[in-house]
Amino acid sequence: MGAIYRREMGAFFSSSIAYVFLAVFYIAAGYFFYASSLYAATTDMSGVFTSLFLIVVILIPILTMRLFSEEKKQRTEQGLLTAPVSIGGMVLGKYFAALTMYTIGIAILLVYAVILSFFGVVTWGIVIANVLALFLLGAAFIAVTLFISSLTENQVVSAVLGIIALLVLYMLDVIAQYVDSLPVIPTVLNALSFYTRYYDFTAGLFDPASVLFFISTAVIFNFFTMRVFEKRRWS
Amino acid sequence: MIEVKHLTKYYRDKAVVNDISFTVEDGEILGLLGPNGAGKSTTMNMLTGYISSSSGQALLNGIDILEDPIKAKAQIGYLPELPPLYLDMTVMSYLNFVYNLKKCKLPRKSHLKDVCSLCKITDVSGRIIKHLSKGYRQRVGLAQALVGNPPILILDEPTVGLDPKQILEIRTLVKKLGKKHTVILSSHILTEIQAVCDRVVIINHGQIAANDTTDNLSKSVSASNRLIVRIGGAKNEVLQAIREIDGVEKVHADLEREPGIYEFEIESDSNQDVRPALNQMVQKHGWSIYKMDLGEMTLEDVFLKITMGEGVHLSSAKKQMASGNIPESESAPESEPESEPAPQPEVESAAADVENEEGGEA
Repeated sequence: MGAIYRREMGAFFSSSIAYVFLAVFYIAAGYFFYASSLYAATTDMSGVFTSLFLIVVILIPILTMRLFSEEKKQRTEQGLLTAPVSIGGMVLGKYFAALTMYTIGIAILLVYAVILSFFGVVTWGIVIANVLALFLLGAAFIAVTLFISSLTENQVVSAVLGIIALLVLYMLDVIAQYVDSLPVIPTVLNALSFYTRYYDFTAGLFDPASVLFFISTAVIFNFFTMRVFEKRRWS
Repeated sequence: MIEVKHLTKYYRDKAVVNDISFTVEDGEILGLLGPNGAGKSTTMNMLTGYISSSSGQALLNGIDILEDPIKAKAQIGYLPELPPLYLDMTVMSYLNFVYNLKKCKLPRKSHLKDVCSLCKITDVSGRIIKHLSKGYRQRVGLAQALVGNPPILILDEPTVGLDPKQILEIRTLVKKLGKKHTVILSSHILTEIQAVCDRVVIINHGQIAANDTTDNLSKSVSASNRLIVRIGGAKNEVLQAIREIDGVEKVHADLEREPGIYEFEIESDSNQDVRPALNQMVQKHGWSIYKMDLGEMTLEDVFLKITMGEGVHLSSAKKQMASGNIPESESAPESEPESEPAPQPEVESAAADVENEEGGEA
């Protein structure tokens, strides 16, 4: 797992995906920070976090698109799967590499909060809860898109499918409104809504159930990814 | 030591590898020989745990690859058909990655240096793999397999894409490695197997067609009674006359090699020498013999015969081929254990392959 993690981190930076990801994320975060905190002259950063949701939906699939699809295309996965490493170690190595990149991205928000603290009183509890929420959201989304990357050998397909999947997850509660007349389904969709849970965080509500929800999503999808490799080996 | 017991792989309901069993002793080099698509790579992929077997067992130094994959994989250095290289890395950083991946305990710097000099890639160790030629990539792939000094080496066509000099170097290297390692080497180049391996397993359509030492195979092969004769005379008459000789089983006229002189290939009963009778026959008709040769079969002939299904009498061949099989496409491996299909068009291309390879080496 350690070797794969280190290689992926290196590959992020040598393939410039890291720079593109960080640049776009910083531009977006900077813009939202300017528009909703600096321009409005407030130390409340929840607006920044709410707006970042959509940016994350677009950027995470780009971060994870090549992790498995490229291995499959270049046949390098054969090297990994015949090395004395477990499938779990292989998946998690890649997962944590992507998660580290993502964490480097969202850490900028703490810098912004520090900047704000020079001009006013920052409610650190809320800021940290917000960053944690963004982190957990990313942790879940990375697992989902990593799973998608393991299904295809084309990076572009992987990215596009990833964005679509995350958009669907983003809009679960909107979809729930459209199917309001049906029984059960709206309740299920609302219960699964990533946006509602995330929004609660940005409004200052810390809900352990939501924390558990994001973590379970990450665990389940990483498990699915492992199953993909397990199944391919056995078929 | 590698023990393969009744290994079988089904894709849907087609047996790609069908009930293969063999063992490779420590310090032995085994050649896995077969035409393209015979199941060599599939067998190797099963041995290395890349794919699972449908049934049967593969033991690597006594460890079952399916029961304890991580421990078993630690015994193997594997060079797949396409070396698993990360094109965006430098050779050295890639080997470092492999070193970490295999959780290698040997002193890092000196070990990687040794591997590089063994595979003759020291001069490119700082270059990005993407920019390397096919031959260098192949050697980096081999280096990757050698990292960690695993006791078992499984090499899938290690000399593909190399120039003649490099091919010789790699063969020498494999031979050298074979003294300390257990090696399985696959190839469709016969001279390579003959030059490097102690023992050959010929696979055709997912089944073992022959399993013997290279020496034994050659011996049993040269024992075959084949004569190549050039006789000056009318082709059809000569042909007819040869057929009438006692003990001649099969005769076949070849091209007109010299004006008015044809070459004939005669197969005779193995315990009867037809040469005196042939001489008498020629004299009787007033023709003359311009050349007579004992048609010793090379491993190449055996291979082609076996893969064509033309019944070669190998004393130790596990499966004998029946002649006159129905041609069958290569992509449809036969699953019935008793009948060996004869893929006429494929074999021709395999023969062409071999010829090309040979030409390249000369």
